[in-house]
Amino acid sequence: MIDACAGKSARTAAGRMARLLGRSSVALTVALSVGACADGVLDPHGPIAFDERTILFNSLGIMLAIVIPTILATLAVAFWFRAANTRARYMPDFQYSGRIEMMVWSIPAMTVLLLGSLCWVGAHDLDPPKPITSAVKPLTVQVVSLDWKWLFIYPEQGIASVNTLTIPAATPISFELTSSGVMNSFFVPQLAGQIYTMGAMTTRLQLLASEPGSYEGRSANFSGSGFSDMYFFVHAVPPDQFTAWVAETKGAGPTLDQESYDELVKPSQAVAPFTYGSVSPGLFETLVSSAMPPDGSFCAMRSD
Amino acid sequence: MSILGKLSWSAIPIHEPEAMAASGLMIAGVIAVLLWTTARGYWPYLWREWLTSVDHKRIGVMYCVLALLMLLRGFIDAIMMRAQQAFAAGSSQGYLPPGHFDQIFSAHGTIMIFFMAMPFMIGLMNFAVPLQLGARDVAFPTLNSVSLWLTASGILLTNISLVIGEFAKTGWVAYPPLSELKFSPGVGVDYYLWSLQISGIGTLMTGINFVTTILKLRAPGMRYMRMPVFCWTALATNLLIVAAFPVLTATFAMLLLDRYLGFHFFTVDGQGNMMMYVNLFWVWGHPEVYILVLPAFGVFSEVIATFSGKPLFGYRSMVAATMAICILSFMVWLHHFFTMGASADVNGFFGIMSMIIAVPTGVKLFNWLFTMYGGRVRFTVSILWSLGFMVTFAIGGMTGVLLAVPPADFQLHNSLFLIAHFHNTIIGGVFFGAMAGYNYWFPKAFGFRLEERWGAGAFWCWLVGFYLAFMPLYVLGLMGMTRRMQHYDDLNWQPLLIVAAVGALVIMAGIGCIVVQLVVSIRTRELRRDTTGDPWNGRTLEWSTSSPPPPWNYALLPHVKGIDAFWAMKQQAPGEQAAHVQTAGYAPIEMPKNSATGFVTAFFAVITGFALIWHIWWMAGLGVFGALVTLLVFAWRDQDEIEIPAGELARIDRSYRAEAAT
Repeated sequence: MIDACAGKSARTAAGRMARLLGRSSVALTVALSVGACADGVLDPHGPIAFDERTILFNSLGIMLAIVIPTILATLAVAFWFRAANTRARYMPDFQYSGRIEMMVWSIPAMTVLLLGSLCWVGAHDLDPPKPITSAVKPLTVQVVSLDWKWLFIYPEQGIASVNTLTIPAATPISFELTSSGVMNSFFVPQLAGQIYTMGAMTTRLQLLASEPGSYEGRSANFSGSGFSDMYFFVHAVPPDQFTAWVAETKGAGPTLDQESYDELVKPSQAVAPFTYGSVSPGLFETLVSSAMPPDGSFCAMRSD
Repeated sequence: MSILGKLSWSAIPIHEPEAMAASGLMIAGVIAVLLWTTARGYWPYLWREWLTSVDHKRIGVMYCVLALLMLLRGFIDAIMMRAQQAFAAGSSQGYLPPGHFDQIFSAHGTIMIFFMAMPFMIGLMNFAVPLQLGARDVAFPTLNSVSLWLTASGILLTNISLVIGEFAKTGWVAYPPLSELKFSPGVGVDYYLWSLQISGIGTLMTGINFVTTILKLRAPGMRYMRMPVFCWTALATNLLIVAAFPVLTATFAMLLLDRYLGFHFFTVDGQGNMMMYVNLFWVWGHPEVYILVLPAFGVFSEVIATFSGKPLFGYRSMVAATMAICILSFMVWLHHFFTMGASADVNGFFGIMSMIIAVPTGVKLFNWLFTMYGGRVRFTVSILWSLGFMVTFAIGGMTGVLLAVPPADFQLHNSLFLIAHFHNTIIGGVFFGAMAGYNYWFPKAFGFRLEERWGAGAFWCWLVGFYLAFMPLYVLGLMGMTRRMQHYDDLNWQPLLIVAAVGALVIMAGIGCIVVQLVVSIRTRELRRDTTGDPWNGRTLEWSTSSPPPPWNYALLPHVKGIDAFWAMKQQAPGEQAAHVQTAGYAPIEMPKNSATGFVTAFFAVITGFALIWHIWWMAGLGVFGALVTLLVFAWRDQDEIEIPAGELARIDRSYRAEAAT
């Protein structure tokens, strides 16, 4: 299926079984969210979010296969061996059995072997900076988390927006992220998992919206009193509409340069979305490096 | 700067009605208790028998009392949060403004972890470990008292922040740069840091004390592989404390240097690196999880074996699993921030390590199951908590392993799914364990059993309340709701948050049942007297002495010949046991004298902490000086032990045995 991650891991018998179990658990997990409109993690609209959901279901399925019988057995054993039950055999000295010991160590160990391979393969397949294979050229968007709003810079287009993100659908988006100060986490659950934004460091994230639509994004890491309003909508539009939007935005509205950035960076909350018609080149790079010494000897946690 | 540093009348939150009401209520409560104690003339008794006591059993009881009080405080925070999120949907802002809401969730986490779960577990270990080892006290009794009172100092400082100033608004993890002076200029983070620094010193000393006690003070014949499993888990926990708490202290010290002296360990500018804090915090933080849950595992091991009338199944496996968890817990910390942007290899490694730690935990679950298999399970309150734990923890463990898969974690990190997971393990594991232990050892501590029906009521309310309060949070996490939101726009989330709030109310009923159970038990204590010292048909040594035990625990040190030493003794013919007692020679015992060192040190610690928080430097100096003088006075003491004559020992011991025999 569209399931790239499990598709690869299915080369191993472990992966095959995982997928089988995962499928059966889908229904159960969906049933968990009864009455709730299933958006967020359970309603992916891009390959990354879809694969992340798949690996979630697969892992859950594998574990439920062990956990449900264990819970039932616990309750059954406790009930059957209740003191009042005269039919239950009392074995006051039953405290060791090599065979059972073997079993109690190997069941969790085998489960973890299975899950561990899933985890290792998944961690590599869905590594956030890993480029998405696509015939379409990726669009670069630079993200800066501010107190308490989001700044999105389109370096190739020379425009920027605050608290709204317009992207072309079916096009890989390559994010470079940093923070003006406090740590935040960039999270659009329906498109991809989150990644931290940290001052003086750059993180990377790739995602793709399969079809046009509006997807809510927000900060997932608490950043202070304006945190709850730190959300935005990702508007995925057909590519030609995106081109039209860029043309429309360019030249209109204020200019984002060091001066207007210094104004923007001041704490404010629940800021209404707006756009910048032009952006001074290299602004994002200046923001990231301004906290570093000139010789660049300081190595960030991961500055790739 | 004035003589009182940053302190002024504006520190009292007069313009915040909720804060004033809360602090007013707290102050009224404290004053009422003080007045009542004075009116009844209980001070001399309290001072002599409790506040200056160095008896590990009394110290254990006081730890548990502190923990239960902080459970109430932390729960009030919890129910305020649940109420806020049940209302604050769409255009509503709820009733708590962000600044206040942020303090509440920070205080809730800090109090529940450091001042509820930790003291409860340390209290149970204090009470039971020396008894189970067949020891007369811990290795350093006065140090033990200092530990207790330093914990109480931290608790006091945290609660003072309710009245004077504010608490941290950063979350209980206080990640920089948010917790740096630039973004948190108030005293909230300083309250957090100094409270935890002071109580952390106490915790570290507890760790040293208990490692020494377990290694050096076991009764004759109590080899390592004969120790009750609770002692093994206590050993593992205290090794973890000794290894992990200095990391926390050092990390907080660096943040304090940033805040007080303009250092740049974790700042955005000046080449600071906030992720260093996050790494170090969780290098302590993950072992901390096991510091909390390992003693609970120990309690369940004791409770399930006792009430199944069987030895613990797979003793060696249990010991191996405990020690494996102890070591592995230091190799998984990065799973708390897979979303930092580390490489796939790093994330994959820590993901797999986190799963491996689930293996010994799974082994334990199966071994408890097989302990019940072939037993005669008596459904006492303790066993109810244990069964509730086994079911609930299986689910919590499963969602934990789910979070250990990096791609799944990218979606679930910082969401309510994560909140549901760790409450699933901390309530379902640690708190259920604390309650099982509380019901199990209460008769040993006080000489009468706790009432069973209210106890069962407490269990069912907690169990049902837990599922109502936290299962919706799992679903909300999957719907994309993140943690620490003062309000939200997605109206789809509201119904589930209302269910969660109802769950919190059911838990409140559970807390009510615990209180009623205690009151009813005290009032009807004559009906529930335990004259034998062995109310549960126990297996380990603590049940071989009177309830409550004499200050010296054992007039004659037991000679241990195997696992479940007391069970083996009971299997001997009665005549054989009696002969052993009659012919044995009682020898005089040296007992440590009461000491006010702990109480006085803690007094000065509070002064110092408060002064440092408010930058009142002269007072800080005075506090440190006072603590130093206290230490010197203690070090130069002439006599710190009193001798209990053999005749008195014999008289007390024989009268207990005579009563137990009837």
